[in-house]
Amino acid sequence: MEYNVKVWRQKNAKAKGHFETYHVTDVEEDASFLEMLDILNDQLIRKGVEPIAFDHDCREGICGACSLYVDGRAHGPDDQVTTCQLFMRHFKPGATITVEPWRSGAFPVIKDLMVDRTAFDKIMQAGGFITVRAGSAQDGNSILIPHDDAELSMDAAACVGCGACVATCKNGSAMLFVAARVSSLALLPQGKPEAARRARAMVAKMDELGFGNCTNTRACEMECPKHVTIDHIARLNREYLKAKFSE
Amino acid sequence: MADPKLISKIPEGPIQEKWSKRKSSIRVVSPNNKRKLEVIVVGTGLGGASAAASLGEMGYNVKIFCISDSPRRAHSIAAQGGINAAKNYQNDNDSVSRLFFDTVKGGDYRSREANVYRLAEVSAAIIDQCVAQGVPFAREYGGYLANRSFGGVQVSRTFYARGQTGQQLLLGAYASLNKEIAAGTVKSYPRHEMLDLVIINGEAKGIIARNLVTGEIERFGAHAVVLATGGYGNTYFLSTNAMNSNGSAAMQAYRKGAFFANPCFAQIHPTCIPVHGDQQCKLTLMSESLRNDGRIWVPKKMEDVMKLRTHQIKASQIPEEDRDYYLERRYPAFGNLVPRDVASRAAKERCDAGYGVNETGLAVFLDFADAIKRLGNQRVQERYGNLFDMYEKITNVSPWEEPMMIYPAIHYTMGGLWVDYDLQTTIPGLFAIGEANFSDHGGNRLGASALMQGLADGYFILPYTIGDYLSHKFAEPKTDINAPEFVAAEKAVIDRIEKILTVKGTETVDSIHKKLGHIMWEYVGMARNEAGLKKAIEEIGELRKEFWKTVRVPGTNEEFNQELEKALRLVDFFDIGELMARDALHRKESCGGHFREEMQTEEGETKRDDENFMYVGAWEYKGEGVEPELHKEPLKYENIKIATRNYKD
Repeated sequence: MEYNVKVWRQKNAKAKGHFETYHVTDVEEDASFLEMLDILNDQLIRKGVEPIAFDHDCREGICGACSLYVDGRAHGPDDQVTTCQLFMRHFKPGATITVEPWRSGAFPVIKDLMVDRTAFDKIMQAGGFITVRAGSAQDGNSILIPHDDAELSMDAAACVGCGACVATCKNGSAMLFVAARVSSLALLPQGKPEAARRARAMVAKMDELGFGNCTNTRACEMECPKHVTIDHIARLNREYLKAKFSE
Repeated sequence: MADPKLISKIPEGPIQEKWSKRKSSIRVVSPNNKRKLEVIVVGTGLGGASAAASLGEMGYNVKIFCISDSPRRAHSIAAQGGINAAKNYQNDNDSVSRLFFDTVKGGDYRSREANVYRLAEVSAAIIDQCVAQGVPFAREYGGYLANRSFGGVQVSRTFYARGQTGQQLLLGAYASLNKEIAAGTVKSYPRHEMLDLVIINGEAKGIIARNLVTGEIERFGAHAVVLATGGYGNTYFLSTNAMNSNGSAAMQAYRKGAFFANPCFAQIHPTCIPVHGDQQCKLTLMSESLRNDGRIWVPKKMEDVMKLRTHQIKASQIPEEDRDYYLERRYPAFGNLVPRDVASRAAKERCDAGYGVNETGLAVFLDFADAIKRLGNQRVQERYGNLFDMYEKITNVSPWEEPMMIYPAIHYTMGGLWVDYDLQTTIPGLFAIGEANFSDHGGNRLGASALMQGLADGYFILPYTIGDYLSHKFAEPKTDINAPEFVAAEKAVIDRIEKILTVKGTETVDSIHKKLGHIMWEYVGMARNEAGLKKAIEEIGELRKEFWKTVRVPGTNEEFNQELEKALRLVDFFDIGELMARDALHRKESCGGHFREEMQTEEGETKRDDENFMYVGAWEYKGEGVEPELHKEPLKYENIKIATRNYKD
């Protein structure tokens, strides 16, 4: 199969970017979207064109590295997938496919399709943890957790930190990402002593780093590859309010 | 006779007391002195993240390096099925000694007893630590922790978080790491790749790393260096490892004097999605936990095989009596839950005999129809839902309707840097943990034990043992990164990069790496023989020459350059591949994942040679183009009766 790939090229963070269109040939029907980019890169290198830079690693939808805006959607036209789990069978042969990096002020472009997501790490460093030292934990079964609470907590913990929620949000809000962590922990008895501090600190850091506010458009949950829902944003809001009143 | 260069430092005394004994003899460093000591940790998977967090908690000054944009992306995140621990929560008579026994037996009696016992001993504390961190392990309705069983064992000791256990454990370790970064004890260097190890007066004192964004070559000094850089499965090009996983850090250490142990022990995982074509660059694992409830089979009749390949019938149309559940047939006691190496070879045997079920003839079925009948949709969904979804996304076939197709693929490497009981390599001050070392899994690793080892090393073993080394160092000043050794190492790195960039040939890095992968899979894969291994060594040598004549790496060093990153790693994969073949050639026995065709029983099972090969083979680098020297650490089994592995009855 053959495709035309209209792709964002940007030499580095300071350079001005632009679109280029390339023709890619010999793509197998079962190829993944990133395999198509591998094939295109191979063809570009042989023609003396610099290959397209993009983040990727596990290629099985769990590391959260891949982060492409394909035909106007975060992670492309399939639902609940990361870009690496998007397959070429979703595109008509000969189609022109537009590929862009995440567009958000908090995620500056590093090169071509790669962005800098260290803002997510910084939010996590602000409070996305339980303060427990190795060696001080009690027996695992001394903390009983109802089955359904553990499952709900796991629903939120499934977040891969890819940033699709931010990229797709018209406000560039990171609420779903922050909510996934806060809600996952809020559903468990562990870490309760620092729950208020956590909610305050993570929200404050998110605001400081230039992410926008949440206006409940639900775009984030539509594009989240792990189907983290905005119920968790509601839980974050509750945690945050509780924390504010306990100040 | 023990090799004078391989002092394993295993404490004397009964195996149950060795670790306690070692701990009580370790010198500790006082808090005010810990502040003065610097440790570099390379890699942020389960081993690296947990070690860095723990060292930070203890008060050391830690620098961590990872090649990804965030520590959370390390390949540990992709582990699916679970983590073993001897908790005996199921009351099925599990114990430290049973986990120890299963692991040594699973490893086909090629791992070090004392290390494995310690691993089993600390396993329970790992679960406690992870629960305390807020890892949402699966729970029973009563609120207690749930378990599942895994290959190679007859108890249920595997803890899990759906099919995303590695992700959840890594996020736990990453959270602890973040806590320490916030506290200022750990400094994080994402998008940095270690390109050399710096040795001063025979001791590891730092690293040279490339800032992957700017291309800047930077020097970092410390009092000790810890490698937690994972395995070298990507030597095969196609593997279940993440695209960026590589063996370069271990190779740099090897070239600087660290011995490399048992490189030929690579694990081939039986349940991966089959290869779909030659443009593929990555294989996808389907968790071993699927073998708890899934049944593996191929048709009994060749005519059904042919009809399957030409899509005239579907698997579900083949009647029960015409199916060959070959694992249940060959290994009644363990059935579908035999260890990975055994299951992989059995799949190869059926496919070699012509019973492969897809167009390429390289696939077998993993069927859930019985499980769905027995457990109902909801419970199957809870246990395997995300794996089913993933399979369907990739193959466009729903496992709810038709069985999965699977085939073995390279997954994990048991070999790695040789370490003593303290996890220190043959270079003083250089430690290796997790998959990067060789110590715990022998010739084959059991499922759900990689996560256990990474976290055992990182939370509970290295933080103690490294203290003994550092206790002699607190009076030393900070390492001077302007020392001539740093300058020389940096220059060597710059020269290597320059050399690659100036080839300006016609071939892409991946196309050459693919050729290496073909050589490795053909001759150093699931079945090996003397002629093939010799051929592999020769062909790798030729391919290396071809690389230096024909590779094309566009761009410069002074920018984000992914082709350059890949090329630098491929140079090391050549050396690892060659070392693997050399090790496989010398080990004239079959054991674990290493199957020498010359050494098999009449039934096609592995035939070990305990008389001649019951040792760790550790290779010493002797210079470029010079044959490495083999050193042997004899393995002594004082607590386990050596037996032929038997999963039949």
